[in-house]
Amino acid sequence: MTDNRDSSSIFRKKISRRSTLKGLGATAAGLVAGPIVAGPGFVRYAQAQSSAPIKIGFQAHRTGIGAAYGRWYEKTTNAAIKAINDAGGITGRPVEIIVEDDGTDPGRGAEVVGKFATQHKVDVAYGTLFSHVVIGSAPVAGEFKLPYFVVSEGHHVASTKLNRYVFQPGITDVKSQIQAMAPWIAANAGKKVCQIFPDFAFGYDHRDYLPPALKAQGADVVAQIAIPPTESSFTKYFPQIPSDTDVIYHVMVGPAVLTFVKELGEFYGSNRPQLFGFIDSLEAVDINSPGLEFLDGSHFWEGAPRYAQADDSDAMKAYRAAVGIDDNGASVDDPKDVSTAAHMFGCWETLYVIKKAMEDAGYKGPEDRAKLVEATEALTEFAEGPEHPQGKKTFNGKIHQCFGIQNISKVEDGKLKVVHKTSIEDGLYEPEGDYTTQAL
Amino acid sequence: MKNDDGAGKAITLHAGVIAVLVALNFVLPDYHHGVMARVLVLAVYAMGYNLLFGYAGLLSLGHAMFFAAGLYGAGLTMYHLNWGVPSAFIAGLVAGVLLSLVIGVLALRTKGVAFMIVTMMFAQVAYLLVYYFGTWTRGDEGLVIQQQARAIEFGATRLDLTDPTTRYMAALLLFSVVLVITLIVVRSSFGRVLVAIRENEERTKMLGYDTFANKLAAMVASGAICAAAGAAYVILFGYVGSTLASVQYSILPLLWVLLGGAATTLGPLVGTVLMYYLIDGSSDLLKAYLPGWNVSYLGIVGVALILLVLFFPKGLLGTVRDRFARWLP
Repeated sequence: MTDNRDSSSIFRKKISRRSTLKGLGATAAGLVAGPIVAGPGFVRYAQAQSSAPIKIGFQAHRTGIGAAYGRWYEKTTNAAIKAINDAGGITGRPVEIIVEDDGTDPGRGAEVVGKFATQHKVDVAYGTLFSHVVIGSAPVAGEFKLPYFVVSEGHHVASTKLNRYVFQPGITDVKSQIQAMAPWIAANAGKKVCQIFPDFAFGYDHRDYLPPALKAQGADVVAQIAIPPTESSFTKYFPQIPSDTDVIYHVMVGPAVLTFVKELGEFYGSNRPQLFGFIDSLEAVDINSPGLEFLDGSHFWEGAPRYAQADDSDAMKAYRAAVGIDDNGASVDDPKDVSTAAHMFGCWETLYVIKKAMEDAGYKGPEDRAKLVEATEALTEFAEGPEHPQGKKTFNGKIHQCFGIQNISKVEDGKLKVVHKTSIEDGLYEPEGDYTTQAL
Repeated sequence: MKNDDGAGKAITLHAGVIAVLVALNFVLPDYHHGVMARVLVLAVYAMGYNLLFGYAGLLSLGHAMFFAAGLYGAGLTMYHLNWGVPSAFIAGLVAGVLLSLVIGVLALRTKGVAFMIVTMMFAQVAYLLVYYFGTWTRGDEGLVIQQQARAIEFGATRLDLTDPTTRYMAALLLFSVVLVITLIVVRSSFGRVLVAIRENEERTKMLGYDTFANKLAAMVASGAICAAAGAAYVILFGYVGSTLASVQYSILPLLWVLLGGAATTLGPLVGTVLMYYLIDGSSDLLKAYLPGWNVSYLGIVGVALILLVLFFPKGLLGTVRDRFARWLP
């Protein structure tokens, strides 16, 4: 990676931006005899680093297609920050969250990360979910050398196609999740699997990673049906499902999922193959919504369980209480406000990873960002407990990705009941690169 | 319009704007410096749109396909073929020229609302093609062009386009070239024919002009400029993804141009700058005064645009031209 400070820019041989800004700043300071020279973005001042808050820029999907996720990511973030601050903050300093809405848009997302780096001057950026926003924003984080902790579950970080400043330490990536599902599917649901997935990047991960994972378990993908993103009716695709299919593996995401399930129900009636899906499509959607009855008895992947389970740990109970979700995974204030429980735990856990890495690095301010990156890369595992309520995790510093257990839940009596927990080893794969070889 | 009177003023004004933008490189704080680099590239996109919409009077709702042609023409060649910046930029430009030529030949058989619909549908086809070729484009997720690839080397000198100053100046160079080209075009006889077509195509035909050929030339020039902006976007900011080819990015240049003033050479810049800060400021205002309402910043933008259409239907510079400066090109 190129170091900006050493690049031979032909435009700043004699009059550099920095010298001009310094000159103007000094003149203005002389004129007003004080440190305040202008409005937002024009103010430069030195922080008292010993007591000033640690600033975390939260790139939130407050609006746009990710808004339902974004709202719960924000609630979880606020709960975690409260817990961290109540316990003394990070390195003895309070933590302040600065929220910017990215509209779930990669163009705006990149602008927001730039704003964090140059206007808000945050210590780290954090919290992005949607893959295209992460990928669109990552170059900016790399250019400003701003550590960027995402909670996206996409494989993009672990693919090592981004840069050394992007981390995903709080949620397992989708490649690992898919791989971890294969042993259970082959052993319990059936050997002949038909995949139905959306014809965009999220679907491609399932298209590409499930067949080899099933093959290793002695099962096969007998058909792959890609559904265009603009589709609103699905009946015409169902005749493509082979008649000897044991399991339909579905990962339809977006508002059309209700129609998808309803039409699948009408197509099969009571005599259907096994169904296995990723809960992503039904996050923030009540599993008892009209039309979803057809899912009764089917199975789902869940990162963290939506419904309280009989064997929940004390840490999980405390986390759910802190975030404010009831036993059904809905808001304690509004039972109809269903959470995105399968993913949002990643925010809580990521913030504790940031805390741990900052403390390991002896982080004092933005000048220590490189040390923070190295300290994060040096982490290897996170024990289950109040900081990691979803479960134990390992972390691979070379690919900046964590790996944890996954849950397989069955829809029973209008609830999701965990019937199997995978091991971390089920989801491990060979690293595809090594970020640590990139310059800081 | 007395053109001879206006020529000197117009040249002075445009040179002055470029000089101010050069000066801003040295005085803008980091955040606004970064914003302006992005705005200058998007303003080029708006200028390309303005050439067709403002001057030739052809309202396209599908210009994201030309922006995307440049974006993917440059981005895919850099990502998959490891092409250098200059050749990738040319690839993007050529993709935009070819696409606008083909689309122009087909879409210019229609007029008015039909033209809007046809361009929108072609853009939708282009958008879905990004998904169809997802193996190479990674669809909605898109691709990142690594920092080390975004540089130009002249012998021993390496021009790192991710350096904030270099990036700003590269964006300004593109902007200035396109601004000058636009100024020359709109003051040329070709530009006057386009305005004549906009005002009354039948009469222009009766005067002996081949209106189809002129409109096609405008379409290709517009497509080429938009593609140049797309290619510059991926080279300078390192990301290519299908969102940038979506219908939203067909509407945005229309809004920028309407805000700044259609058929004014500087309107696209004014509109893009104002819209950026409107969106940026809206987020802060909403956060400060309507916390928890979850109102999109686009809502504020929508209200602003309604007010604009009601009170400044010709955009800001269009109104300035009507009231104060008839010479404004």
